[in-house]
Amino acid sequence: MKRSNAPLFWLPFGAGGMLAALTGTMLVFITGIAVPLGWTLRAELMSYPHVLALAQHGWARGLLLAVIALFAWHAVHRIFHSLHDLGIHSGATAKLVCYGGAFALTVITAASLWSIAH
Amino acid sequence: MPEPKNIEICVLRYHPEHDPEPAWRSYQVPCTDDMSVLQGLQHIKDEIDGTLGFRWSCRMAICGSCGMMVNGKPRLSCQTFLRDLQPGPVRIEALAHLPIERDLIVDVGEFVNKLEAIKPYLIPREPRTLAEGEYLQTPAQLERFEQYTSCINCMLCYAACPEYGLNRDFIGPGVIALLHRYNADSRDGGQAQRQPILNAEEGVWSCMAVGYCSEVCPKQVDPANAVNQNKAVSARDYFLRFLAPKGAAP
Repeated sequence: MKRSNAPLFWLPFGAGGMLAALTGTMLVFITGIAVPLGWTLRAELMSYPHVLALAQHGWARGLLLAVIALFAWHAVHRIFHSLHDLGIHSGATAKLVCYGGAFALTVITAASLWSIAH
Repeated sequence: MPEPKNIEICVLRYHPEHDPEPAWRSYQVPCTDDMSVLQGLQHIKDEIDGTLGFRWSCRMAICGSCGMMVNGKPRLSCQTFLRDLQPGPVRIEALAHLPIERDLIVDVGEFVNKLEAIKPYLIPREPRTLAEGEYLQTPAQLERFEQYTSCINCMLCYAACPEYGLNRDFIGPGVIALLHRYNADSRDGGQAQRQPILNAEEGVWSCMAVGYCSEVCPKQVDPANAVNQNKAVSARDYFLRFLAPKGAAP
């Protein structure tokens, strides 16, 4: 039987799922609720200089890339496999759009992080 | 003894030699508290309509013959009691996703072929003489595969699996659980022979982790878990094949 290339997509999906489970809720809380509303956290925490400094910091850049890229790989995998339930035939085009999107986002994120490096 | 109450049992009947398509037929069956769905069907066959076709054997959830859809859920009919389905009507169909041969009897050929393909028996690592004595296993080694030995090939998990419903080439939950039962056995050395089946798209990668297979299993086997464990094994095999020599254990 022919070997499937699914592991190439499944591993980032799995890693993204794990990362999302561990950090996703708190990230949404911090960036989407606590900071904008000023609950427990100061608004300037997410000011441009603050976030830029974070994105330029050694291992924090890796963490940002992981959070953005792996979340995307996780999301598109789920979307791709839910297409059937939406009545969309998940052929090669759907695959290209979904995983191509995650790939593009990964490249863009990596390039952006690279471009703002010191 | 209390008077039996009647319950309506609707059966999806199909005799391919003269029915253009399956059609519902309804029967009134006297029902006592101790009657299973299987006994209800036996009453229909013995007293009302002898042409009704269904498989059964042990009447005690061991043989795996009497799987069918009861009110839309995959169940062993011997293990499902009419008293729990009161006031009815009870709707009985052949197992979902499988081709109907006649009435409630499905074609199991495809399942049996898949089962044969995974070599569902111990393949010793090396030849062993009787003088060497029995294999010894620790409780921990036994625990790795024991639950999977409970599979009775009833195919309820195939009727439950939406992915199998979409693609009948999928090896499916039950057969993967049995494959894992042998791979996970410390006495077995056949993993490399079985691995190509798991690695294929029709192997573990068709599973979308819905988990309904494990929910409907009448023997508390957890096929979804077997599939998931083997996704990790297959992923490791995918990448490590570039590092390890051919045939190395993943």
